[in-house]
Amino acid sequence: MNAPETHKGERTDRYIGKRMLRSEDARLLTGRGVYVDDVGLPGMLQVAFHRSPIARGRIKSIDLSAARELPGVYAVLTAPDLARRCKPEMLSFFLAAPVVPVPLLAEDRVCYVGDPVAMVVAQDRYIAEDAAGLIVVEYEEEDPVVTLADARTGSLVHPGTDSNIAAATGIEELDEDLEAQLNNAPHLISIELKHQRISQSPMETRGVVAAPQGAGELTIYLSCQGPQLAARWFAQAFDMPQTAIRVISKDVGGSFGLKGQPWREEVAVVVAAMILGRPLKWIEDRLENLTSANQAREQEMTLRVAFDHDGKLLASHADYGLNNGAYPQGADSNIAVMMFLWGAHKLPTFNFRARGWFTNTVGLAAYRGPWAIESLAREVLLDRAARKLGIDAIELRRRNLITRADQPCTTPMGLQLEDISPAECLEVLLEKVDVAAFRVEQAEARKQGRHLGIGFATYIEPTAGSTGVAVLISESAHIRIEPTGKVSAVVSTHSQGHGTQTTMAQVIAERLGVPFEDVAVYEDDSSRGGYGSGAYGSRQAVAGGGACIRAADLLVDKIKRAAAHLMHAKPEDVSIENGIVRAAGPKAQSSSLRAIAEIAYGEPDRLPEGMAAGLEAQYRYQPPPITFTSAANACIVEVDTDTGFVKIKRWVTSEDCGVMINPSVVEGQIAGGLAQAIGQVLLEEISFDPRGNPTAATYKDYLLPAISDVPVFEYHHSAAAPSKAEGGFRGVGEGGCIIGPPTLVNAIADALAPFGELKLEFPLTPSRLLAHIEHRREIAEHAAPAPVASTPPPPPAPAAEAPATSPPKQAGGDSPKLQIDGDWKFVLSTPMGPQAFTGRMKTDGDQLTGVFIMNMDEAHFTGTVTGNHLKWDLKVTKPMSITLKYEATVEGNKLTGKCKMGIFGSAKLVGERI
Amino acid sequence: MSTHQIHVTINGRPQDATVEGRLTLCDFLRGDAGYTGVHVGCEHGVCGACTVIVDGVAVRTCLMLAVQADGTKITTVEGLAAEDGTLHPVQQALREEHGLQCGFCTPGIVMTLAALTQAPQKPTADTLIAAMSGHVCRCTGYQGIRRAAQRLACEPAGETAGGAA
Repeated sequence: MNAPETHKGERTDRYIGKRMLRSEDARLLTGRGVYVDDVGLPGMLQVAFHRSPIARGRIKSIDLSAARELPGVYAVLTAPDLARRCKPEMLSFFLAAPVVPVPLLAEDRVCYVGDPVAMVVAQDRYIAEDAAGLIVVEYEEEDPVVTLADARTGSLVHPGTDSNIAAATGIEELDEDLEAQLNNAPHLISIELKHQRISQSPMETRGVVAAPQGAGELTIYLSCQGPQLAARWFAQAFDMPQTAIRVISKDVGGSFGLKGQPWREEVAVVVAAMILGRPLKWIEDRLENLTSANQAREQEMTLRVAFDHDGKLLASHADYGLNNGAYPQGADSNIAVMMFLWGAHKLPTFNFRARGWFTNTVGLAAYRGPWAIESLAREVLLDRAARKLGIDAIELRRRNLITRADQPCTTPMGLQLEDISPAECLEVLLEKVDVAAFRVEQAEARKQGRHLGIGFATYIEPTAGSTGVAVLISESAHIRIEPTGKVSAVVSTHSQGHGTQTTMAQVIAERLGVPFEDVAVYEDDSSRGGYGSGAYGSRQAVAGGGACIRAADLLVDKIKRAAAHLMHAKPEDVSIENGIVRAAGPKAQSSSLRAIAEIAYGEPDRLPEGMAAGLEAQYRYQPPPITFTSAANACIVEVDTDTGFVKIKRWVTSEDCGVMINPSVVEGQIAGGLAQAIGQVLLEEISFDPRGNPTAATYKDYLLPAISDVPVFEYHHSAAAPSKAEGGFRGVGEGGCIIGPPTLVNAIADALAPFGELKLEFPLTPSRLLAHIEHRREIAEHAAPAPVASTPPPPPAPAAEAPATSPPKQAGGDSPKLQIDGDWKFVLSTPMGPQAFTGRMKTDGDQLTGVFIMNMDEAHFTGTVTGNHLKWDLKVTKPMSITLKYEATVEGNKLTGKCKMGIFGSAKLVGERI
Repeated sequence: MSTHQIHVTINGRPQDATVEGRLTLCDFLRGDAGYTGVHVGCEHGVCGACTVIVDGVAVRTCLMLAVQADGTKITTVEGLAAEDGTLHPVQQALREEHGLQCGFCTPGIVMTLAALTQAPQKPTADTLIAAMSGHVCRCTGYQGIRRAAQRLACEPAGETAGGAA
């Protein structure tokens, strides 16, 4: 099964679609990979952090004297020490400013257990940790805000903000028409779902080696998801030229979203290295990784769906909350959940409210498929609806899924669909899984007291999505045929296990017509090659692969023209196969690529007139804004009703990820995501006690799936169709982690259907399942945390609501012209993070005219003035066609208001006169 | 802090060292001796990434002190492949079965499989797969690792029960 087709040297210049062995493996299997902790530099010192033992409080005093006196300690630094050198802005992945200031080290307050308070620099890590233990910090402890429920009613996590809402999208008030539709429908099915917090848990923790180079340059070895993006991040955060910052990231031991951008500890180490003028190393230990590295997924969702008598979808509403922790890597209400919840279904009406909340816990970061709860909620609800309505769960999906024949079409959320195929993937899956035979087996087993279950799920995944995200728009490839005839390529992709050195080489070798072994791909150093975001959003095959194709095609064109000139042939008669250049025709000739390369570099006068010397080409590829991958999965489980243990007996996948570059790499991505899904459903949980203390701090508490938890996966690729991107590729990085959870939950729910509907609180541990089986609800319920808020809660008004609800004031004695006319700077809190821009407004009676200016682009608008209250509309076409409806009030030199962004809800607008 | 003289043979090369009593074997092998193929994943004996062979037995070097290794023969992942670069059968099986992605857990998996397959009695696939349950891989979902274990036991893939099938 899955035997690799090894390359044996025969003419095989067709590599796309082959199970090529990975180029990376020779070094990784022999211990010759270079991860950040393998880097050592002369004079390098080691860093350890002293961290807060409490979730919330004011720092009264810090005593560093004992730590500083320990032999081997070079320096002990706190927030003011770092701030004297610089105070970099902790940008989001999108390079947007944070919504609350994020200090590198705690300043006057600590906001979560593990908040770094001081850093020790010492000759080795042992001494650094000894010294960190000698630091004495006195706190005035306060009651923390830990859970989503705490956040709604508790005191402000960040004093000075107007609520604990970090980000909000959707409509705060219930839509009466939608409520009527839901309540008057033949069937209304609702679920409440509580998803636990997850640690990304890459086997290599975070780490950095920062080495100042002279006065104004830095070399940073970093465990990250892309050295190019990291260099751009540092350049912007430090206000330094990007070329002055070299980020090197040779091998990375997994990331899964955690290392998408540098964060507090890594940046603190870089600043300390600049202060001390010495190379510094910090390698996160596992305790730090499980308690102080940003985490993901803690969320709650209430989903309501109305069906007609035939089980067809009529309307739906989702209410969603996401724990952002104290310092999220980009405050987030997770708009993607709402974009893709009903992205593949025929649903007439949908609305939602989504909010991200600040709490006194470690911050939110990405985790493989950050929006994955949409598939979990939808697919679990569909199965539950099928049971209630008495319709087969497969049939219910067939009645509602958008098929290839239904496209092109546009969803209520504005997704333009052309080639999704979850329905077609489901049909392929059903050819492989005999549901009728399983139902017979299940009935027989139940007679013996054994509980088997089958679960299905379908999904679509946006891959290589770049809509409205500047950092994701393009990827670059620079390919050079060296004078030796060998090919070297610098591609802006990056592997944390993805195998892009192999897959990009496959694409390049095939398009150039050279042996795979002759192509070397380099992607580990920001100083080589151009910008690219690296691994993010299942994009590298699509964006990187497309860049490699286009660059290779440019190079092939040059080789053909050069060879035709040298061989006195026509360019169209020249072909390149297996590294040999042939000119067809009456006088057939051939030459090695090396011979042509030697001429191109050494004797360029022999090239056609006007052709540049050398044999190289560069292309920056902008793929379509989104390619969609689709899939359907099925799994069969047996639940032991005596112990509550779940045994996964079979798991079948059917997906359409377009043209596959390397099926073994594709299957590796699917399998890795599915294993993480199994961990999410059955094992993994980061939890806190009511005082905000993490209760899973080792791998004995945080249970990762082992080989004994993960079955053999079966893969079927026959529903695949090429995408419209160059090469026909679609992405595949995150899918398993999105479709896996509902598939497994549905199988468990099917097995336990005789015991009633499952309480959807994750993970489904044996004790929770046993409580369900035995109807002992008291165990299934989470122990309710003690109320923690001691101060009266502020009204939980969402940030976006506050200003515009105040009634417009009538014009008083002041002339409105004086208040409104002139130049302004604005900040709009969009779902992608705060956006800053300038503008000019002018009033004429009750008429308003104005312009917003952003990135040399102007957007003009007209509106109305009532006293100091302004209203205007702005039509935009990017990222999608939408009319933005603004309302604002001017008070003195300040402006506050909101922008209604259609289905996406409201965003807060603030302005200040320039 | 107490210091100790130790003598160890690493990948066939004898080496003397002075180590602190509290220095773990993994930190000694990585830092002092330079064998950075020994990877430290959890520092508490769960993930298995730091596994090496000490006197023929697979050992987690985060749970052993350097001073305890005095007088032993140690093989790290750097010591398995032939001088000419030919991979050890375990390494070759993992490569051909796509048994690794990021490669961080891989050295530990290689060393456990190497220790078991060099034992006088040939292990069954079930034995090898059971041993793999002591190694955490966050990337592969264990699919290629299971196939490699089955191949090393000379049993065709798919015929054994495996860990969960």
